[in-house]
Amino acid sequence: MYIVTYRKFFLGLSALLVIISLAAIFRFGLKLGIDFTGGSVLQVTYEEGRPDFETVKKAVEALRFDSTTVQPAGDNDIIVRTTTLSETEKDLLLGALSSKGTVQMTQKKFDSIGPTIGRELRTKSFWAILLVILLIVLYITFAFRKVSFPVSSWKYGLAAVIALLHDVIVPTGFYVVYNHYVGGEIDVLFVTAILTIVGFSVHDTIVVFDRIRENLRTGSSKTDFKDTVGISLNQTFGRSINTSLSVILVLLVLLFAGGESTKNFSLLLTVGIFLGTYSSIFLASPLLILLKELQDKKLAHAKK
Amino acid sequence: MVKTRISALIILIVAVALGYFVYSTEQITTQTTSTGTSTPPLVTTSESSFKFKLGLDLKGGTELIYKADLSNLVSQSPEESMTALRGVIENRVNALGVSEPIVQTETSLSGDHRLVIDLPGVTDIKEAVASIGQTPVLEFKTERPAGAEKDAILAAYKKAQEEATQGKPITMSPLLSQDPNYVNTALTGQYLKNATLDFGSQTSISPAVAIEFNSDGAKLFAKMTAENVGKTIAIYLDGQPISTPVVREAITDGRAQISGNFTIKDAQTLVGRLNSGALPVPIELVSTQTVGASLGADVLNKNVTAGIIGFIVIAIFLILWYRLPGVFAVVALAIYVVLMLTLFKLVGVVMSAAGIAGFILSMGMAIDANILIFERTKEELKMGKSIETAVREGFARAWNSIRDSNVSSMITAVILFWLGTSLVKGFALTFGIGVLASMFTAITVTRIFLMTLNFKDSKFSRFLVSNGFHIS
Repeated sequence: MYIVTYRKFFLGLSALLVIISLAAIFRFGLKLGIDFTGGSVLQVTYEEGRPDFETVKKAVEALRFDSTTVQPAGDNDIIVRTTTLSETEKDLLLGALSSKGTVQMTQKKFDSIGPTIGRELRTKSFWAILLVILLIVLYITFAFRKVSFPVSSWKYGLAAVIALLHDVIVPTGFYVVYNHYVGGEIDVLFVTAILTIVGFSVHDTIVVFDRIRENLRTGSSKTDFKDTVGISLNQTFGRSINTSLSVILVLLVLLFAGGESTKNFSLLLTVGIFLGTYSSIFLASPLLILLKELQDKKLAHAKK
Repeated sequence: MVKTRISALIILIVAVALGYFVYSTEQITTQTTSTGTSTPPLVTTSESSFKFKLGLDLKGGTELIYKADLSNLVSQSPEESMTALRGVIENRVNALGVSEPIVQTETSLSGDHRLVIDLPGVTDIKEAVASIGQTPVLEFKTERPAGAEKDAILAAYKKAQEEATQGKPITMSPLLSQDPNYVNTALTGQYLKNATLDFGSQTSISPAVAIEFNSDGAKLFAKMTAENVGKTIAIYLDGQPISTPVVREAITDGRAQISGNFTIKDAQTLVGRLNSGALPVPIELVSTQTVGASLGADVLNKNVTAGIIGFIVIAIFLILWYRLPGVFAVVALAIYVVLMLTLFKLVGVVMSAAGIAGFILSMGMAIDANILIFERTKEELKMGKSIETAVREGFARAWNSIRDSNVSSMITAVILFWLGTSLVKGFALTFGIGVLASMFTAITVTRIFLMTLNFKDSKFSRFLVSNGFHIS
């Protein structure tokens, strides 16, 4: 199978993607939303058309709330982000936006999150991601405990986790660039999407590894491990493509026809699911061969 | 064969019944009752209690999160205080006239106690915040005995004062939040029975507020006054001392009087606030989330549309690629959707935008099991097995992969549920239930349907159960 033959190329490609993504994350930084930092976001809509944006912006900035940004959104909306506002401060802000009530406007959305809640969610998200990864490695090690020959079972877990990290880092890198040039921010839905991607990525990798396990059990012991992997990839290829195709199809529908609040979420998932499938075929399996080769080298070295 | 056909029929009938349940509980029934010839008929509309529960982000409304300050608790456990607090807040929220408000207590990882209040349909939160938040905290305190503790607090105060006069930053110490002269007691506003305006006071010209405790409060108050004859007790309102009367004798009837320098209006307001329920502990608003109703409705419509389109797209794909088994997979998927919607209704899952997205995503994943099985069946066919054996083997051999891969999805769903803001919980719940339900529909339902057919090994029937570009 060509994936096995050109495995070094695919491993390199994935490494390159990860490096680019990490560079993007360091270059642009994670733009945390108020879910994680605390603060207020107010979105208002002007039914009779948005008044002059610059005037409104000046009026809002004159209030001198900390870290204020004023942005136009859609055709008739304005979004204001600030530090956490009290009720009185919010009234001042509404006053500034409506020129003291003279302009017709409705409040579409108002979120205000205290810094403690933000901090707590940040800690919780961090633990959630870590816990998912840990539990999944343990599970794979357990599920593959009976196949320790020719590659020990924890190595399946290791290969799956490296593929998983790849599937987390690359979409994050993509999203950071997207945040920088288009919009959106890292919020609770981002974490949800990442965890879903993690689940799917592993789900997909397991299907391929499962086939390798089965072929190792039923196949002739003379068959090279490399070839067993190649055969297994061939057999699961159609399924992998079709599953992710159907998931990506619904995600694209959700992205283009779904509501505004789940748009970035669907975009991130689309990228993640695509990579999850890609990595289980083009990264996790070549990695498994690499781990086997390292093991063989070590053995050969020990024999000398 | 007969048996499987009967099973298949039963599944179909149950699915149709569930579908009808889902549909009918969404309808508003209008009843017209004629009450006679002269009066117009009475029209009553009723909604089923199984109607989908929509989250605030879909129907519009406000979620408020309050942090309760339990640092001054003396005799009660945090849980008791939170239950008492929830009771008082529920009364206040109900008084606002909001339909179906929800008040829940919650403990954070760091041990903070919180109150989460959902107010559907409320987007102007000023009134709500005012009546929830500005409730009085009434506390009764007794004199702090002289000793090391008192000296320490006084020393901290002195130090802070010196630092303030010298313009230095003040060293923060927990001692500063305590009153050097008085200590907390178990007696608080939660034991209050009622408060009335009292002009009958002889000692003061300004009006006073007479309060009456309930039986528990009366006992506490009797004990406190008995132990403190000749000393002062302090009555605090919202953290400020408003009156420090001297106890002349033990008071056993549970009546007390608060006299401060009230104007009549102040006293009236205080009576009103006390009667509407004093809070057992102070609370602080830490988070507000408001979604306008039109925005919510828009998101709901779009996501439901996306779900329907998503279903059609998957159905077309399945039938084109997987032929006859594909048709059954579509039927299984339809049953999956009906089953999930029924479960959402029975369990009372609150549907959020993310929850619906999770459900739509789970449709895409639900057919994964089917795809695994069908691809496997094709391989067995290629090996020259008969159709029936190939189908059986396809199911049997795909099972390991299906089981192992779904466990990892379940792990994710459980952790996501634990991560738990309401938004994420909805997603985790729909996603998790989806994984389980899809294993049932994709495997059991599809198999039963496929087994109802009596396959004769012809080129055409082999074509039907095969898939993709595989022709023979």
